[in-house]
Amino acid sequence: MNNLTYRTFKDKLFFYLICTLASLTVVPLFAIIWELIQKGYKQINWSFFTETAPSTLDAMLARSTGDIIPGGIANGILGTLLMVIIAAIIAIPTGILVGIHLSEHPKTKFSNITRFITDLIQGSPSIVIGIIAYTWVVKPLGSYSAFAGSVSLAIMMLPLIVRSTEETLKMLPGSLKEAGLALGASYTSVVLKILLPSAFGGLFTGILLAISRVMGETAPLMLTALGSTAINWDVLEPSSAVPLLIWEFYNDPNLIDMIWSSSLFLLLLVLTLNLIAKRIARKWKIQ
Amino acid sequence: MKEEMINIQDPILQLKDVSISYSPGKNAVKNIYADIAKNKITAIMGPSGCGKSTLLRAINRMHELYPDIKIMGEILLDGKNILKMNPMEVRRMAGMVFQRPNPFPTMSIFDNVIAGYKLNGISLSKSEKEEIVERCLTNVGLWNEVKDSLYKKGTFLSGGQQQRLCIARALALKPDVLLMDEPTSALDPIATNRIEELLLDLKQEFTIVIVTHNMSQAARISDYSMFMYLGELVEYDTTQTMFTNPKDKRTNEYLSGQFG
Repeated sequence: MNNLTYRTFKDKLFFYLICTLASLTVVPLFAIIWELIQKGYKQINWSFFTETAPSTLDAMLARSTGDIIPGGIANGILGTLLMVIIAAIIAIPTGILVGIHLSEHPKTKFSNITRFITDLIQGSPSIVIGIIAYTWVVKPLGSYSAFAGSVSLAIMMLPLIVRSTEETLKMLPGSLKEAGLALGASYTSVVLKILLPSAFGGLFTGILLAISRVMGETAPLMLTALGSTAINWDVLEPSSAVPLLIWEFYNDPNLIDMIWSSSLFLLLLVLTLNLIAKRIARKWKIQ
Repeated sequence: MKEEMINIQDPILQLKDVSISYSPGKNAVKNIYADIAKNKITAIMGPSGCGKSTLLRAINRMHELYPDIKIMGEILLDGKNILKMNPMEVRRMAGMVFQRPNPFPTMSIFDNVIAGYKLNGISLSKSEKEEIVERCLTNVGLWNEVKDSLYKKGTFLSGGQQQRLCIARALALKPDVLLMDEPTSALDPIATNRIEELLLDLKQEFTIVIVTHNMSQAARISDYSMFMYLGELVEYDTTQTMFTNPKDKRTNEYLSGQFG
């Protein structure tokens, strides 16, 4: 009997232990968000989204009078959007086609090598990918550019899209492909008109996650996009990005306040994309 | 050389010495000779693994999905050897209905019926599409049930309705022969009954070859029956003769439930 009480106690103890540890994992996220909101909300106003990053002098003057720092991060937001869009244009079609190949011919030697390389790219430190984009794009073009930044981001997105495409297509029942072929459809039209639309939810989720993954990348952009103080629409010119701006603000004691607002913005953007991706994944789940 | 076991006048489909192997030297289907009658229902029966589905799938060359399968012999559809034709063309002439209903989940009921045209890149006018959809859905007895929800997804239908939709989808291409691979094995008795009645109607227009391991189903609907065992065609006769007076001992044993 005594033994039983002891075992029940042990059970309870274990249960509460895992509950405590599980709830501990949410603490950092909420702590970060709380801190960012507290320190950053003041800076987030209309000009935060419409004006370029302030100069040290303006920031210093504002700080001395106790005002909020003027200006915003419009150059960074535009740069991030431009680079992510171009990266997506490069990575999405390529990634989906590679994913189709991997799911259709899963056991060939070529597929195994491709899968292995995809894993390697996914595991590569992002700074290394930045260096590669530097030698491939910046050097030949002779200038740092938003385009070079996009190439490095595209390389980082690729493995995520490839694997999510492969996994989603694998989940589709084989009967779907048979049904299409049995109607005399060509292999291409079965893939494009039946398999891909049926896998839409999974593909879209993978793409959103890949985008949110690269949105906060800093290291590869330092070597490729470099940064810019002006709003820049020319993709062949150096460009700023939100994470690059955060790094710049960190290096300038007068602009420290801008770190919090920019980080808050970036974090919320990435979290929103993640949440949307989860929603879509649930809604379009393959039956 | 074996000869056909039954003499069929004016056959639409002829199997001549058909053997199918999954790996070299091991035949899943062995030297089958059979003629299949036009506008009749021919049932292929036999225990699991006897090669009946394999044989059926050879007729519209679905085997090409699996690289190691080899088909030997000749399969003549309307006198043309389908093994020498383009598989896409063959599959349009020989429609197939599968074990589980598999309507395309992203398409509406309407689009599912004309999917064969869409996937083959054949453009139809609006009135042609409507005509085909109404005719095929009427053919399978689904028109009155779904005419107000044609633009809903096909996957919202019940299992039996989905299977009838799949039959309509196959009929839309006006195939010469309709191949059915245990089309009712995933359905309840009422839905099964409706499909069986439907097949009896459809044979006015189409030739149907149906694989079934349900003997009473074969007895109810088919005109001719084949019994396969271990890859061989053991017996092929009119259904009536087969069920009342089987010639082969194995057929008799199977039909009387001694194995299967």
